[in-house]
Amino acid sequence: MSFGKLPNQVVQLAVVFAVVGVSMVLIRQRFVPESFGELGHYRADSVDQIAALEIQYAGWQVCADCHEDEVETKNQSYHRTLSCEVCHGAAWDHADEQTDETPILPTQRSLCLQCHSYLSSRPTGFPQIVEERHEPARPCHTCHDPHDPAPSERPESCSACHAAISRVKSVSHHAPLDCTVCHETPEEHSVLPRSHLPRKPLEREFCGTCHADGAEESDIPEGVDLTGYEIPRVDLVTHGGSLVCWQCHYQHSPEVR
Amino acid sequence: MPKTYQRREFLAELAKIPCATLLLGVTGPLKVLADDGEGGYDAAEHYYAMGIQLEKCIGCGKCVQACKTENDVPEEPFYFRTWIERYVIYEDGDVQVDSPEGGINGFPPLEGDKKILRTFFVPKLCNHCDNPPCVQVCPVGATFKSEDGVVLVDEDYCIGCRYCIQACPYGARYLDPRTKTADKCTFCYHRITKGLLPACVEVCPTQARIFGELGKLSTPLNRMMRHSNIQVLKPHMNTEPKVFYSELDGEVR
Repeated sequence: MSFGKLPNQVVQLAVVFAVVGVSMVLIRQRFVPESFGELGHYRADSVDQIAALEIQYAGWQVCADCHEDEVETKNQSYHRTLSCEVCHGAAWDHADEQTDETPILPTQRSLCLQCHSYLSSRPTGFPQIVEERHEPARPCHTCHDPHDPAPSERPESCSACHAAISRVKSVSHHAPLDCTVCHETPEEHSVLPRSHLPRKPLEREFCGTCHADGAEESDIPEGVDLTGYEIPRVDLVTHGGSLVCWQCHYQHSPEVR
Repeated sequence: MPKTYQRREFLAELAKIPCATLLLGVTGPLKVLADDGEGGYDAAEHYYAMGIQLEKCIGCGKCVQACKTENDVPEEPFYFRTWIERYVIYEDGDVQVDSPEGGINGFPPLEGDKKILRTFFVPKLCNHCDNPPCVQVCPVGATFKSEDGVVLVDEDYCIGCRYCIQACPYGARYLDPRTKTADKCTFCYHRITKGLLPACVEVCPTQARIFGELGKLSTPLNRMMRHSNIQVLKPHMNTEPKVFYSELDGEVR
């Protein structure tokens, strides 16, 4: 074979290059998947593949199509932010009529306690109970309708909901004081807590009822047993300047340093 | 006899090559555009992000449970796409972080008499970084940032080399023991492309998690970002996370 004036070794080298080049192209075609690089350095088809995965949770709007009343009740209650599937479990198959199995109907205390047991890490104000002390051994739904969980009866004590504050207060110098000594509480607060708020003291004089120089024993609210306590007293006019008491002292656990 | 090219002919032939390349270059994207129109979902019109309001998280673990159910995550308590951490900062400055089984069954009461300064829960998940280190290190292009800003893994193309698991500064990835491929949160891509919320957002009882899009006005996410102090995790890593936390404590890593 002759290619004009080209030396033989150049021809051989060109053949080698050609073979390598062609095989590279073939190997690339074989291994680089279709749709690779269409949208970026990845297989564009995989996006559709991931988008086509099966759905498990239907969403409460789907539940509302059939269970209108329950959803209506729930949406007016303290559980209005909950989706049905939080308690009843994933229900896409049920909604899609792919299965005869009905979603779970939880009755054990543990399900409610997963959110409502007292943990110091939970945000203040979130309703929490101490399991051992709050109506032990009875399922929650005997008193609370899960779709409208506002308690039907007045909770026995403030600590049923305000566990964090109650725990702090119980080991503080204010332990002998009932919550209602400072927080006059309307009857309705136990049923509709947000719309009937308890009173919060707003003036220095309120603390002064007990803690001002010259406060009379008779001024101390009824039912407070202070045997063995010595009430710290200050001059209301000079103590703390223009600050109000709770800017330095935490009322539920006042320091005496 | 071999054909002899005149110079003019040769140049004309040469000019055809870039023309053909250009033509291919133009028709390629056109085909892609046509494909997108049919599905009814245009990824280019969305850019997803999540907000987490730490002051609302009660650490119930419903999100962890829902995520495992929705995405068929292995049951063993060390495979998570999302999990909850409990931070306890003691008065002596000690910081304790725990996450028993990812928080899937909630948390036990704190033990010990040490005085606590503050304590709170932090839900974590893939941050869907705008500048994702996991995507940079993938040797085959199996993990990528999609057009709508979600970082995804191509299960069929992943070779299971685990580089991405090491590269993620948030520990958000795991190797699925069944497929031996990397896996992670997808923002429930199969749900959001159909207009549903991610499973963890759907079940969050206090609505501590907010799902939405960046660059859209009058959305819950936008409202949260306007009215809260927003932080991201490990901002110094320059990953530009798209999971935004409100009231994030300085101790959170």
